Amino acid sequence: MDYDVIIIGGGVTGCCIARTLSLYDLKICLLEKEADIASGTTKANSGIIHAGYAADRKYVKRKFCIHGNKLFDLAHKELNFPFKRTGTLVVALEERQIKDLVYKRNYGTEDGVPGLEIIIDKNRIKRMEPQLTDKVIAVLHAPSGGIVSPYELTFALAENAHMNGVEFFREHEVIGINKIVAGFEVETKPKKFTSRIVINAAGLFAAEVSRMAGADTFEIYPRRGEYILFDKGLIHLNKVLFPMPTRLSKGILASPTIHGHVFIGPNADNILDIEDISTTTRGLKEIISGGVMLVPNLPLNAAIRNFAGLRAVSNTMDFIIEATEMVGFVNVAGILSPGLTSTFAIAEEVVRILIEDLGEELKEKEKYNPYRPKPEHLSDFTKMKLNQKIKENQAWGRIICRCETIPEAEIVDSIRRPVGATAIDGVKFRCRAGMGRCQGGFCMPRVMEILSRELNIPYDEVTKRGKGSHYLVNKVLCIELTEDSKESEEVAEK
Amino acid sequence: MKSLDVDIAVIGAGSAGLGAAIEAKKQGMDVLILERNDELGGITLQCIHNGFGLKIFKEDLTGPEYIQRFIDEAKELKIPYKLDTMVIEITEDKEIYAVNKKEGLLRIKAKAIILSMGCREKTRGAINIPGFRPAGMYTAGQAQRFVNIEGYIPGKTFVILGSGDIGMIMARRLTWLGCEVKAVVEIKSYVSGLIRNQVQCLEDYNIPLILNHTITKIHGKERVEGVTISSVDQNWDRIVDSDQYIECDSILLSVGLVPENELTTKAGAELSNNGGPIVDDNLETIMDGIFACGNVLQVHDLVDNVSEEAKRAGKNAAIYVKERYGKEQIKKDHIKIIPGINVGYVKPDYVNFSNLENLLHFHLRVKEPDRDVIIVIKEVNKIIYQRVRSFVIPSEMIEVRTKFKPEVISPNCRELKIEVLPVSLLEVLDEVG
Ligand SMILES: Cc1cc2nc3c(=O)[nH]c(=O)nc-3n(C[C@H](O)[C@H](O)[C@H](O)COP(=O)(O)OP(=O)(O)OC[C@H]3O[C@@H](n4cnc5c(N)ncnc54)[C@H](O)[C@@H]3O)c2cc1C
Ligand SMILES: Cc1cc2nc3c(=O)[nH]c(=O)nc-3n(C[C@H](O)[C@H](O)[C@H](O)COP(=O)(O)OP(=O)(O)OC[C@H]3O[C@@H](n4cnc5c(N)ncnc54)[C@H](O)[C@@H]3O)c2cc1C
Repeated sequence: MDYDVIIIGGGVTGCCIARTLSLYDLKICLLEKEADIASGTTKANSGIIHAGYAADRKYVKRKFCIHGNKLFDLAHKELNFPFKRTGTLVVALEERQIKDLVYKRNYGTEDGVPGLEIIIDKNRIKRMEPQLTDKVIAVLHAPSGGIVSPYELTFALAENAHMNGVEFFREHEVIGINKIVAGFEVETKPKKFTSRIVINAAGLFAAEVSRMAGADTFEIYPRRGEYILFDKGLIHLNKVLFPMPTRLSKGILASPTIHGHVFIGPNADNILDIEDISTTTRGLKEIISGGVMLVPNLPLNAAIRNFAGLRAVSNTMDFIIEATEMVGFVNVAGILSPGLTSTFAIAEEVVRILIEDLGEELKEKEKYNPYRPKPEHLSDFTKMKLNQKIKENQAWGRIICRCETIPEAEIVDSIRRPVGATAIDGVKFRCRAGMGRCQGGFCMPRVMEILSRELNIPYDEVTKRGKGSHYLVNKVLCIELTEDSKESEEVAEK
Repeated sequence: MKSLDVDIAVIGAGSAGLGAAIEAKKQGMDVLILERNDELGGITLQCIHNGFGLKIFKEDLTGPEYIQRFIDEAKELKIPYKLDTMVIEITEDKEIYAVNKKEGLLRIKAKAIILSMGCREKTRGAINIPGFRPAGMYTAGQAQRFVNIEGYIPGKTFVILGSGDIGMIMARRLTWLGCEVKAVVEIKSYVSGLIRNQVQCLEDYNIPLILNHTITKIHGKERVEGVTISSVDQNWDRIVDSDQYIECDSILLSVGLVPENELTTKAGAELSNNGGPIVDDNLETIMDGIFACGNVLQVHDLVDNVSEEAKRAGKNAAIYVKERYGKEQIKKDHIKIIPGINVGYVKPDYVNFSNLENLLHFHLRVKEPDRDVIIVIKEVNKIIYQRVRSFVIPSEMIEVRTKFKPEVISPNCRELKIEVLPVSLLEVLDEVG
């Protein structure tokens, strides 16, 4: 056997399982079909660490969410990803909605959600969140709710897993799984792997992967949510704001991001194509009308990006975390919201399944290191520190992305880190170069140069996110420049 | 940390920064230019087409030829400059922090600062185009840089969204390179760039211009495969059943430019609705001794106007250093200039009362195109300036130069309004006045 455990899928779920299992004496690898980890649902969601009062008691996801929320404090200390307990507010705009707030508070408190409080003092509400609509009647405050950068969390998990011996294979799409004696043969486009245990964390494709292994027990349906992100500095929110369902809005929230932007979304659109992360005119209109109900002062003409994510909804509408009849094949599927919040609890559950259901005797490694160093960011430096950093390494003094003030040193680091960036989007999501208001308009050619140099590939082979997403198709060939026929003599190299 | 003292620091070395620095130097100032790129010149370096300099030099130059004259002059005057040096902060007391590889962090204490950071292009998010987010979407300026500076062609078949100048110029440029430009799609009923570019870049090359349409969906998951365009009604809402699919591997956006003012707001200066800092007729922001010119103040269509504006900024900054720096600042006696009917914005935002008799330059853009109009400046309802124009369009900046005799403006005047009205309305207004 090549491995003890193969994990399929490099979203937050797969990477968190990889990191959690890396504590034990196991040979592990993770297979991801895209050019980078965190390319699926993990890349485009609300990034909210939910307090846990929202889901119905009949779902296991409620339990995972409440417990998962609590696990974030330790994880944050160990892994150094951007995370903040901002607190969340459920906003009632009509008298009759207060009843529902009371219900949420009572059951939430009983189930262990800390600090839930209903506030009706308008002055106090406005002090907590000055941007909230004047029409507010009451709010449910959950101080343990917060925000996280979902992809930076995932990179941190993967880097730490890698430090502890997990191997990562990107652009390795699993296309077949065969049962062999005492394990599985996992077929990917480039090559075959064998392993005793296979964990399916393939997100939207989890049903397909499960069928490959012969466990045809559930379906996954995509449900799309669209978002609009606004430029920094124009509006500030302290807390995550949730609406209550009304006749007019399906539940568009408004939230700060960990990097100081504000976004609105998501709507909920059941669609057919499992890869359709396109945004729609109708959807964008819907979220704008929902967003302004909570925050009337949204800077609608200062949107910098719209995007969409797909929830992987199973037929039970709940998480499916279980060992299957194909012994050694474990499904971690249907991880829709609050999957991000639940991630550490889900990984704990996988450990339990390995020990109790599969009879694994897990031994802790001698040299496990739970700490992942915090990537250095210019924005965290004092002026003196920055000066000293440039003296040590000139690349700190060459600013590449001007909107977010990202120097060459951070871009190089995002490529050289364990499980580092291999394409433009990878750099962007790791160090924010190109994330700002010009969305890479100025810095993309420079980042392409750095990628080409660091990865030792030709400039025109740098991609946005792996195969098929090339930026450049041809070279301009300058034959001769004469006064009167400047451009007419240039031809495109075929 | 390395510290420097100068009379005037100029941020950005495009046509605006160079022009301002040259003038300030000629006024005897100790000037320092800070530029983040590795060469002087700014955006004009990538504009290898002609059409520059018609006004100032009475010659038809390319962008690089035009800017070279300023670079040469700056070098002759031995104006010091730092390249690869990005300004990251300006404090309210005019300390500039900049970084470069060799010197680390620099602190520059300036008596006056000239802001000339230029502008940036609007992106897809700024206009909320629905659809996938594949490779193959560029802003027109980004494509211009790839082709003209880096020497790479970003696609084979193009649809250009928006009819800004850079988009139209790139439509022609790409056609010359053997690429196919399938259409320039514009949501409005008229082009948003100069008419001369519509004729010389699109019509002369039979590139279809599709007005009253927009892209309603982008197709292709990894790389662009095509777009759906649809016609829109007056509210820019998509008209059902008007969808049309166009196959292409690239999309260029030419949907407008926004002044680049992060530093400006950090320094404490306020912006007006066009995105540029609020200035008075000396081009001074609300922060004493901080001046602005070029695209950072307002997006210009002609480089010649940038150079002219820059010269005024350089001169006024020098006057500030000589006459006002270090002295008790007297409270300014300002008249507010208000954009009225069919005026999108006007610069300057204020005029100093004491300057009313000097030659004043107003720049404005209309909101909507119109024919047979009259541009008026009014104090309450009294018209104190008027000029007839046969045609106005938002893409062509209007310049008004005038002096006011003291007797036409009342001594307690606080605001003047500038409007662009149909000529037919005039008599009626006159009666009211
Ligand atoms: C609109 C929206 C909003 C949300 N908001 C929140 C929120 O605020 N708070 C919260 O807690 N949760 C939220 N969620 C849920 C959360 O985003 C998900 O639970 C979480 O990201 C799921 O991660 P994952 O790793 O299971 O899936 P994914 O991130 O999709 O990862 C699966 C990975 O498997 C890979 N893969 C698929 N098939 C194969 C194959 N055959 N071979 C190899 N690799 C394969 C994919 O490429 C992908 O990278 C939201 C979700 C959506 C859609
Ligand atoms: C693509 C295009 C085509 C055009 N075509 C024509 C034409 O045909 N004819 C014509 O007359 N006019 C044309 N123009 C208009 C004219 O060229 C420009 O308006 C003018 O050059 C702008 O000059 P600027 O100095 O304000 O800005 P820029 O030239 O953009 O200069 C700004 C400079 O500031 C630097 N900078 C920014 N921030 C910082 C910082 N924090 N620290 C240090 N440096 C910084 C930038 O690197 C840049 O070099 C065109 C403009 C564009 C964009």
